[in-house]
Amino acid sequence: MSPSGFLQAVLLVVALGVTVPSLGRYLASVYGAGHTTSLRGDRVFLPVERRLYRWFGVDPAREQRWSGYALSLLAFSTVCFLAVYVLQRMQGVLPFNPTDRGGVSPQGAFNTAVSFVTNTNWQWYSGEQTMSHLTQMVGLTVQNFVSAAAGMAVAIAVIRGIVRAGGSTLGNFWVDLTRTITRVLLPLAAMLALALVSQGVIQNLDGSTAVRPLDGVATGQAEQLIPGGPVASQVAIKQLGSNGGGFFNANSAHPFENPTGLANFLSLWAILALPLALVVAYGVMVGSRREARVLLAVMAAIWLSLSAVTMLSEQHGNAALAELGVDQGMSADQVGGNLEGKEVRAGPATCGLWAGATTGTSNGSVNCMHDSFTALGGLAPMVHMMLGEVSPGGVGVGLMGMLVYALLAVFIAGLMVGRTPEFLGKKVQAAEMKLIVLYIVAMPAALLGFAAAAVLLPSVQAGLQTQDAHGLSEVLYNYASAANNNGSAFAYVNTGTDWYTTTQGIAMLVGRFFLIIPALAIGGSLVRKQRTPVTAGTFPTDTPLFGGLIVGVVVIVAGLTFFPALALGPIVEHHAR
Amino acid sequence: MNGFVRQLRPAAVALAAFTLVCGVAYPLAVTVLAQLVFADEANGSLRSVDGRPVGSELIGQQFESPRYFHPRPSSAGDGYDAGASAGSNLGPNNPALAQAVAERVASYRTINGLSDDVPVPVDAVTSSGSGLDPHISLANARLQAPRVAAARGMEVDDVLVLVEQAVDGRHMFVLGDPGVNVLVLNLLLDEAD
Repeated sequence: MSPSGFLQAVLLVVALGVTVPSLGRYLASVYGAGHTTSLRGDRVFLPVERRLYRWFGVDPAREQRWSGYALSLLAFSTVCFLAVYVLQRMQGVLPFNPTDRGGVSPQGAFNTAVSFVTNTNWQWYSGEQTMSHLTQMVGLTVQNFVSAAAGMAVAIAVIRGIVRAGGSTLGNFWVDLTRTITRVLLPLAAMLALALVSQGVIQNLDGSTAVRPLDGVATGQAEQLIPGGPVASQVAIKQLGSNGGGFFNANSAHPFENPTGLANFLSLWAILALPLALVVAYGVMVGSRREARVLLAVMAAIWLSLSAVTMLSEQHGNAALAELGVDQGMSADQVGGNLEGKEVRAGPATCGLWAGATTGTSNGSVNCMHDSFTALGGLAPMVHMMLGEVSPGGVGVGLMGMLVYALLAVFIAGLMVGRTPEFLGKKVQAAEMKLIVLYIVAMPAALLGFAAAAVLLPSVQAGLQTQDAHGLSEVLYNYASAANNNGSAFAYVNTGTDWYTTTQGIAMLVGRFFLIIPALAIGGSLVRKQRTPVTAGTFPTDTPLFGGLIVGVVVIVAGLTFFPALALGPIVEHHAR
Repeated sequence: MNGFVRQLRPAAVALAAFTLVCGVAYPLAVTVLAQLVFADEANGSLRSVDGRPVGSELIGQQFESPRYFHPRPSSAGDGYDAGASAGSNLGPNNPALAQAVAERVASYRTINGLSDDVPVPVDAVTSSGSGLDPHISLANARLQAPRVAAARGMEVDDVLVLVEQAVDGRHMFVLGDPGVNVLVLNLLLDEAD
């Protein structure tokens, strides 16, 4: 890895280390005692929020049980799905369509509506060639906000289940949703969007601008159509909210989404900041920074080691090109490495760092094409998703997943010493364990079930790049992405077919709601329990030992589930040369 | 089920309200501010010659004449189609990739008058992620400089000075990776002529 590639990673960790604690404490205050105590910003936000609650017809002071919270989330997701679906189908006859895009097909619109409502932002389509500016703005950008806010709301509700004792309610979904948008996402997105524009990300309301290329006569390209559109506003929230859906097909590899090293760095920060800050907020809410530190250390350890695999493997280059007279070495004059699918301004290390961030969270934006990664370079992000995206995971859902793994870890530790397991004074019993198993099984079932069915279908096989280990990697990666609500792709495969749009749509729904609902139910079950006093026999959950135990649980659960498939895909591919 | 139906009204109103706030007010406010403060960047960093826009500094374009520096291979449409950003997505072991690279290596050496044992910089023979990469590596530019100088009747050293001027370095010395902006460089060449 180049020295600057290494330093860039160090600088990212430092930037996060400086900003995340205060952001986390701010988040805790946003979700904390809520409307009963006064908060910085209340003068601005409270009147707006009160008006919104009145329009919604909800009483902000009335809290919901876990089931009510879940029903609100489901109702909201359903309405969002219908709105985005109808918008895409009708975009051809709706206004603000300067690029003149027609309506989207039923299966395609289904897939995209599910994709953006579930915070996945899987894109079977090419952004600039399929979606009208109206759809991008009032459809997709809006979902980037609300699906992220819904995920954060759920995590907070689960934390309340742990914090409160002998209660019954987990908060009010509409209040948590609204406050996340007004006090967290909108201000951050507006600032980030402007910073991105300063680097060259476009932000206008035009269609394309025709220019006359300098060498047009010789190349026969008499004109080039430079795209326009409200790009920065969408890119900002796509990074902050673990969304990842690009304005353009090439996503953050496109110069208009990610033009400079600084823009790239700001985006990386934005991908990781809120998921990590939520862990800090968790520490504040449970009243123990050490609990949060253990989880942060687990997340950082997994995230950094898997990022390093891709950074190193991509910098090492593609062995298949070495014998063709290609210079892949790193020097003062070139960044070198495997540059197929990568931009010069975001070389192997820059891109490997991003790959780790985007798959460790559920972001899914890419600054280079993952399908062209070396076998090991592609293995790491695939594994990162298969771990359930808990390092640090998507906004809200990542922390939620990590808490489920933590509960599983105390359960296993409890079995080993023969004590009823407890987590922060709450007994973990049969009811919780059943829900945890449901949570753990849902994602792999959707991933492996559909992937297995896919490789048996001749039509799917024919659409793969090659009928070998790499083809299997493509199937695995793409279902891992859908089932984990990630959105990045091994994009050689045309996933616009009816098979893919339908099955991946279902996988995304499973990956969202079959995880969120059990997690809320766990919160609902824990909130009723009284806190048991800490004794000498209590297994401490704020120690490095417990951190190690969580890493072990995460790795073993994913390893037992996915190793056979990975062995036939990227691992065989690596040894094929 | 009852609870679900009762929640549909707040759901619909909330979506409508957030559509106005996040889907209309937010992008419009950002657009207004961006157009006020960073008008050039917000509109695509366009460059003009004699008042006619010739391209965006950030979007690569095709060059084939010997008197211009050439960009990287592109998988966007028929090459540098700014309306169809795309990478090749070819896997590392795909024979199609090896074949394409081998052909590009041969043609790069022919065009630039290099012997068969000169290693070719990897960026010159691989296609970028967007297909619109505006940059090439410094190594790539150095190998093209003699050809460009000859075609223009310039000294190679003078061309190399312009190459250095067109380098976009790392931000704060570590962020991102450096490259030579091809359009900027070719505009500098035309000016110098």
